[in-house]
Amino acid sequence: MMQKEALLPEIGVITDIRIDTPDVKTFRVVTPDGKKPFLHVPGQCAMLSIPGVGEALFSITSSPTNTEFLEFSIKKCGCVTSFLHSIEPGQYVTIRGPYGNGFPVESAFLGKDLLFVAGGIGLAPLRSVINYCRHYRDKYGKIDIVYGSRSMQDLVDYREIIDEWCKEEGINVHLTIDREQPEWSGHVGFVPNFVKELGFDTGKTAVLCGPPIMIKFTLAGLQEIGFQKDQIYTTLEMRMKCGIGKCGRCNLGDKFICKDGPVFRFDQLEELPDEY
Amino acid sequence: MQQVIRDKALSLLEAGKVDRVLAWKEGEFFYDQTPHVFKTAEEINRSLVYNGFSAANLSKYLVKETLKDGMIAVFLKPCDTYSFSQLLKEHRIPREKVWAVGIPCDGKLDIDRIRKAGLRGITSIREDGDRLSVSTIYGEKTVAKSDALAERCENCKSRKHIVYDELIGSEGEALDSGRFDAVEALEKMSPEERFAFWQKELSRCIRCNACRNACPACTCEKCVFDNPASGIESKAPASSFEEQNFHIIRAFHVVGRCTDCGECSRVCPQSIPLHLINRKFIKDINEFYGTYQAGENPDERAPLTNFDKDDMEPADAFRKGE
Amino acid sequence: MKKIALQNLPKLFSAISESKALYLPVDTESGAEFRLYREGDTLSEACNTNRSAKDFFFPQVEDMAEFKVEGKKIEVLDIRRESEEFVIFGARACDVKSFEILDSVFLADPVDTYYKNRREHVTVISLACNFPEETCFCSTFGIDAASPAGDVAAWIIDEELYMTALTEKGEAFLSAHAALLSDADESKVDKKKEEIAEICHRLPLQNLPVEHFKAEKLMEHFNDPKWAELSQSCIGCGTCTFVCPTCQCFDIRDFDTGNGIQRYRCWDSCMYSDFTQMAAAQPRLTQLERFRQRFMHKLVYHPANHEGTYGCVGCGRCLAKCPISMNIAKVIKEIGGEK
Repeated sequence: MMQKEALLPEIGVITDIRIDTPDVKTFRVVTPDGKKPFLHVPGQCAMLSIPGVGEALFSITSSPTNTEFLEFSIKKCGCVTSFLHSIEPGQYVTIRGPYGNGFPVESAFLGKDLLFVAGGIGLAPLRSVINYCRHYRDKYGKIDIVYGSRSMQDLVDYREIIDEWCKEEGINVHLTIDREQPEWSGHVGFVPNFVKELGFDTGKTAVLCGPPIMIKFTLAGLQEIGFQKDQIYTTLEMRMKCGIGKCGRCNLGDKFICKDGPVFRFDQLEELPDEY
Repeated sequence: MQQVIRDKALSLLEAGKVDRVLAWKEGEFFYDQTPHVFKTAEEINRSLVYNGFSAANLSKYLVKETLKDGMIAVFLKPCDTYSFSQLLKEHRIPREKVWAVGIPCDGKLDIDRIRKAGLRGITSIREDGDRLSVSTIYGEKTVAKSDALAERCENCKSRKHIVYDELIGSEGEALDSGRFDAVEALEKMSPEERFAFWQKELSRCIRCNACRNACPACTCEKCVFDNPASGIESKAPASSFEEQNFHIIRAFHVVGRCTDCGECSRVCPQSIPLHLINRKFIKDINEFYGTYQAGENPDERAPLTNFDKDDMEPADAFRKGE
Repeated sequence: MKKIALQNLPKLFSAISESKALYLPVDTESGAEFRLYREGDTLSEACNTNRSAKDFFFPQVEDMAEFKVEGKKIEVLDIRRESEEFVIFGARACDVKSFEILDSVFLADPVDTYYKNRREHVTVISLACNFPEETCFCSTFGIDAASPAGDVAAWIIDEELYMTALTEKGEAFLSAHAALLSDADESKVDKKKEEIAEICHRLPLQNLPVEHFKAEKLMEHFNDPKWAELSQSCIGCGTCTFVCPTCQCFDIRDFDTGNGIQRYRCWDSCMYSDFTQMAAAQPRLTQLERFRQRFMHKLVYHPANHEGTYGCVGCGRCLAKCPISMNIAKVIKEIGGEK
């Protein structure tokens, strides 16, 4: 019997496409017989492809606790993503995974107060872990979520945030947008400053995801208010072809983002070249 | 000659005429020199070399080097000055940032030809007139220099320097070389034989892009073969057609601009005679539009970017191919 | 220990190729190359083939799957056929060692079955190097040119080829061809090994200071200011990568055959600008970062992940082939401290 080849994908069917923002859509993927393609850990990724267009790695945005399907929130920016934005439900894709380490939800995060900080499409990987922690609510302490985007329209998963996260006890959601908008009554300003203004308790474990510039300043801001690097996690992105540590392009020093990451703690990153 | 060149480099640097010197740096052995930008007298005295293996054409490095501040001196062999001149013509190099020193060349050596003569474990080579004394780990050997010349030097087209600020040694002449003989032999083949010839040669290609990256005529910011938007981006041939595609398209892109410097064949790790494709184009241009040597005349318009009522009609070219 | 007269090698080659595909290094106009045995081919004496032996397991281009696309539907077609039994005859110690390094990547979990299938179907007959070249530095990495690994090790001594089995596969190979072989004693081989060792001692690059590269000093090596000068003239081609027996980075791409989509894997090079190019970012912006990545991978990252084994076997192909003669030997000397 031939071993299963990791690089050979399975077929997936897109059953639902939700328009999140002007350039982000969320795709629901199941197997042709309607099942969830595979199990995963929050923070893990999968390779999606449209044969003839290309294959690319995306973080899984749905929570592992969802037993019916996988979801991917995808921003239109390159070849594969542009194509995905042009398709309709019923479209087949190929899928393989899951890849990467995921967040330490069953180890380091247990019993901790969690602070999630996201910018723009950076919410996509965090949505999986946030919903996981909501599902196993008693395993974790208080949850704070700071999320910002360019505008109100650019906030990904806005309905879920308002209708579910904001209404849940023990979860504090802090939203911000970059510039004033008439229909927006919430906070206005960049994420890093907002985080500093909010001034969180330094006993929390923080998770950052967003554009590099946001990460850089939020990290500095958190350190300013007393956080240590070993309390702060992030998830990285790099060009990948295999997802299994063999194609050779996503390494930071001796660590492969696809295999040893994408989730890293900042004290680990400190010991690695900053080629990300 | 090496000492003369070192002294020239030192004096240009010391006089403040230039900030950097582009030349050849010595390697582990006699033959493995690396193009190098020298910044100090110490470095020049320690490792600037010029000998039979200073083969690399340095002119293309000027495209990148002249983006930096300051003046750079460069040493150019006669054939390198054709490339330099062509690059100037194409506005790839600002002339005022370069101090070009023409240097003599009596043909460069090809280590692979020496190896092919059965010499192994070569640790050093001395030039004694028309003989080479070769030291190997298996003893001393001698080889006739003429048996070790690179193909492009056996068929040297010119010993004349086209552009320079100063010249070391005396000026030479353009030569009547036999460089089109091999092209003629290919033309005499039947289409089937010719196809088989190129199939055999090009099927060895590993698409390392050394020919393209070394070519002074290939200075596109983004090559079509690296550009996902071009539709022909490729890293390796997915079919045997693609393998020929790369070299033929590359040859078309440099046609009329290729000076026949021979770097493509020199750097090819698979010893594919790539220069023959370009030479075929050069020969055709000579025959269709009158003799033209790219890089030779900075003011002359290239035949393919010029129109003349006497130009050959496409139909004539087509008939010629029959 | 078995032996066969060199003049009888064609008989052995014919016998092997009757049941299995036989590949051996053959001299061609453009240097030695491994190729499928044809009657009349003789074993090349060259130390290095132009292309390394990695091609057997990790070919430059390899079709992985085919997709049939109809409207919104996609079907995956199995087109795999890497199950041919084959023999590599005359691989050198460095190339054989490179298989071990490739194994550590491709056979690590999850296994690359394309590679694994080919590895399982091979019998490797290695050949000791009677005439190492000045570019050889395998001993730097603890490889003995006189005692190559493989399923069977072989030595050419005078007019005879001596062979000894090193694995069960090797035993099977020798017994399958026993009729053509005769028993031999080891004394001549031992003497040959001494001779080769003596030559290796005289090789100029035999003992490069590679031990200076240490995983603990990863950041120190990474930040070494010498990378700028070393990479200065690199033209960013993929020659070193493609002739290297241990370079194994690849790309996966799709090709529209007009009749379906072929998904293929092909060699890729960290020296190329698009290797890490993303739609919106490029972590390795200049040739310095790309150049550094290649050597850091071989000398620091790979050993850090694989119990100290360097990602280089000292075959010297990159020394002979680099258009600008910049290579790992020069890097080891500069960054490793000597010179």
